[in-house]
Amino acid sequence: MNKNKEQLLNKRYKAEQRFRLYGLSAIFMALLFLTIFIFKIFSTGYSAFQKTWLIVPVTFDAELMMLDQNPSKEDLQDADYYDIALKSMADLDPNANEDQENELKRMVSYFFEKEIKNELLNDPNLIGKTKEVYLTASDDLDQVFKGNYPRDLPEDQRRVSDYQLKIFDQLVANGKVESKFNISFFTNADSREAELAGIASSFMGSIFSILVCLMIAFPVAVLAAIYLEEFAPKNRFTDFIEVNINNLAAVPSIVFGLLGLGVLLAIFQLPRSTPLVGGITLSLMTLPTIIIAARASLKAVPPSIREAALAMGASRMQTTMHHTVPLSMPGTLSGTIIGLAQALGETAPLILIGMVAFVNTIPGSPMDPAASLPVQIYIWAESAERGFVEKVSACIMVLLGFLIIMNLFAQIIRHKFEKKWS
Amino acid sequence: MNLILFTFIVLLGFTSYYFGRKKAYTIQSTKKRLTALPQFYGYYLAIWCAIPAFIIFSLWAIFEPTIVKLLILSDYSNQGYLDDELNLLYEKSKALSRGQFTGEITPLIEASAEKYLSLRSIAQSSKVVIVLSAIIASVAYAYKRISSNSRTREPVEKFLNAVLFTASLAAILTTVGIVFSLIFQTIDFFKVIPLFDFVFGTHWYPAKAFVRDSSEALDPTMYSDTFGAVPIFAGTFFIAFIAMCVAIPIGLMSGIYLAEYASTKVRQYAKPLIEILAGIPTVVYGFFAALTVGPFLKELGTSMGLEVSAESALAAGGVMGIMIIPFISSLSDDVITSVPQSLRDGSYAMGATKSETIKRVIFPAALPGIVGSILLGVSRAIGETMIVVMASGLAANLTLNPLESTSTITAQIVVILIGDQAFGDPKTQAAFALGMSLFLVTLCLNIVALRVVKKYREKYE
Repeated sequence: MNKNKEQLLNKRYKAEQRFRLYGLSAIFMALLFLTIFIFKIFSTGYSAFQKTWLIVPVTFDAELMMLDQNPSKEDLQDADYYDIALKSMADLDPNANEDQENELKRMVSYFFEKEIKNELLNDPNLIGKTKEVYLTASDDLDQVFKGNYPRDLPEDQRRVSDYQLKIFDQLVANGKVESKFNISFFTNADSREAELAGIASSFMGSIFSILVCLMIAFPVAVLAAIYLEEFAPKNRFTDFIEVNINNLAAVPSIVFGLLGLGVLLAIFQLPRSTPLVGGITLSLMTLPTIIIAARASLKAVPPSIREAALAMGASRMQTTMHHTVPLSMPGTLSGTIIGLAQALGETAPLILIGMVAFVNTIPGSPMDPAASLPVQIYIWAESAERGFVEKVSACIMVLLGFLIIMNLFAQIIRHKFEKKWS
Repeated sequence: MNLILFTFIVLLGFTSYYFGRKKAYTIQSTKKRLTALPQFYGYYLAIWCAIPAFIIFSLWAIFEPTIVKLLILSDYSNQGYLDDELNLLYEKSKALSRGQFTGEITPLIEASAEKYLSLRSIAQSSKVVIVLSAIIASVAYAYKRISSNSRTREPVEKFLNAVLFTASLAAILTTVGIVFSLIFQTIDFFKVIPLFDFVFGTHWYPAKAFVRDSSEALDPTMYSDTFGAVPIFAGTFFIAFIAMCVAIPIGLMSGIYLAEYASTKVRQYAKPLIEILAGIPTVVYGFFAALTVGPFLKELGTSMGLEVSAESALAAGGVMGIMIIPFISSLSDDVITSVPQSLRDGSYAMGATKSETIKRVIFPAALPGIVGSILLGVSRAIGETMIVVMASGLAANLTLNPLESTSTITAQIVVILIGDQAFGDPKTQAAFALGMSLFLVTLCLNIVALRVVKKYREKYE
């Protein structure tokens, strides 16, 4: 009998331990996913912040460029750079036949003649001389240099030929290949060529959309929260508004995209693909988040504050505007920042209102077509080229960086400025 | 132009505020008692400045395009053009005057474009004149009206109250906007495709319904067997099911552990770390699923002799599950913590171990809240877009094999609406019909879940 009891007790303790272990392993799993995730993004993305350059001697032959003596600035602008660009690449291998010359040309980026042109425009005295110019390597060679390219694949399955690899290895051996910090990733707009693609346009698109979103969502949400928390009578209509808000907070984001498409674009005829429409759509989405945060922080202001103001003869509006609302601002602001961070990461609604268009200019206002950072991630992730994979990860790193900064900022506001009652 | 006018009106508003307050001070200096603080006199005038400007601006925005159109087209109304032709002419001349016209420029279009431009400039200048004179008149009237015993605080506060109330309608307006944008397209869709075919059809090939020439008559037979949504609904629930299979055990167990076992220190670090998972944008999860999880599962499957698609439902659903873990864990954590301590104490007093207390006492007591949090998680899974678009297939297969690719409502909406859309095309309308079904499903889930959670909260508060 006693033995039986002991067995039972042991069984129960074992079950207790097992249960505890399940809980611990669940937490461990969740954190493991997070770690794998961050590790994967960083390990694929960090290399995108470096860019590979080929150092190629270029002879600025006036004859080949169709330039006269003492050319003016305009002449330099209009000169023909293609031939000298081609020649300088072909000169890398003096024995190259025509096909091989073509392959040599494809070792650098598609716009290499522009880089040569800029070199001359910076220093017009170069005419007739030879200078070693930094040319952007093609995205495939860039990946080869970073060690991300499977060189051991059979040649017909690679985009880089054996010949290109041979010349490239020679250049590497001679120290003519250099890796530098990839500034153009931050200053260039999107491009079909992976080596030239940058996040500037989508970054500006994101900034403009978020600004529009902030300008609409913040005032409306704060005013709505003040009304609902301080003035609204308790009746069915108020309840209805509340149900609406709570429900909107859980409506899938893509439905807001359909709203933007069906109302903003189709009925109000606002311009497609612009951060203006994107911002309005996002503002409708963040509205409930901010309202809920603002209401919570209004509710946290103790009634004694209101009563004191009312006792001094302030009207209800004065009490609210002069005392309650300022005291609730830290909580409201941190809620707003968190809502904006959500909006910053949103993709689906922006795709529906056409912010996936290929934009190779940097937008200057919310009325210009643009992409946004998450949409850029989507666009690049869908491209087949190997060079875009690291770009996607790098873009994700930039986006996550912004989200972390915004969330930290929200935390700081909350902890520094929020008054602790009681 | 509008911006300059707007700035000017704002400046006028400040000026009227200044004058209102000044008048109040003047009244005060005559030793008369004011009925409100001087700044209320200023606000009062500023409001009298803002209201007419706002009204005229909105009326103008509504009526100007229609009136301009009428005036332009009245020239051609008796020349035997059809209504459609006139509309087209108007659109073309509008585009031309903005420099966005790409077609052939006929003299007719050019003439009407010129007329459009001149009418617009007349409209603009008359708007300026009318707005400014209305403002000046109303401010002058109000300025004359305010005196020592006129009320200014009450109207100002009433106005503010009205503004606050209007702002609180935004949520309702958004809901109305959603329903409005979905319902007309959906109705048009069901005029062409019978509801029965949509709900019970098993073939979904929207690509078959190419954009028709507008002259071609609608032929419903063309679309038969194209818009059967069963594979999509099935795929949506299937992927959501896979996601919940990952999210419920992990989320629930970590919620329980955090609430009942974890020390304050572990809780302090683990909880925000898990919540980071909820803050990561979904497009990032999508990329992760497509780049890492999909190929990994494919390789794993191949090594075990299984046929796994690179874009399997398992990859999308699994990653979606990871995304949902924090929703379930923090909600169930909250729910469990709010179970009264007395229930625990009672159970411990009877000699129950901690896990027995959790399983037999706390879990049943917290069940409604937990169910609510799971329902919210399901609604998230159903509405999740980017993971599915990037990691699962875009072709709608009717399958229950998690290793094959399936498609969901959200993914189909994106597939259909990416790029240019022609409104009035059944394919576009199909996306809105899908959106409508998505909205309705999630609406029901949300309402039920919120009810359950709220009821539960009231029970223990």
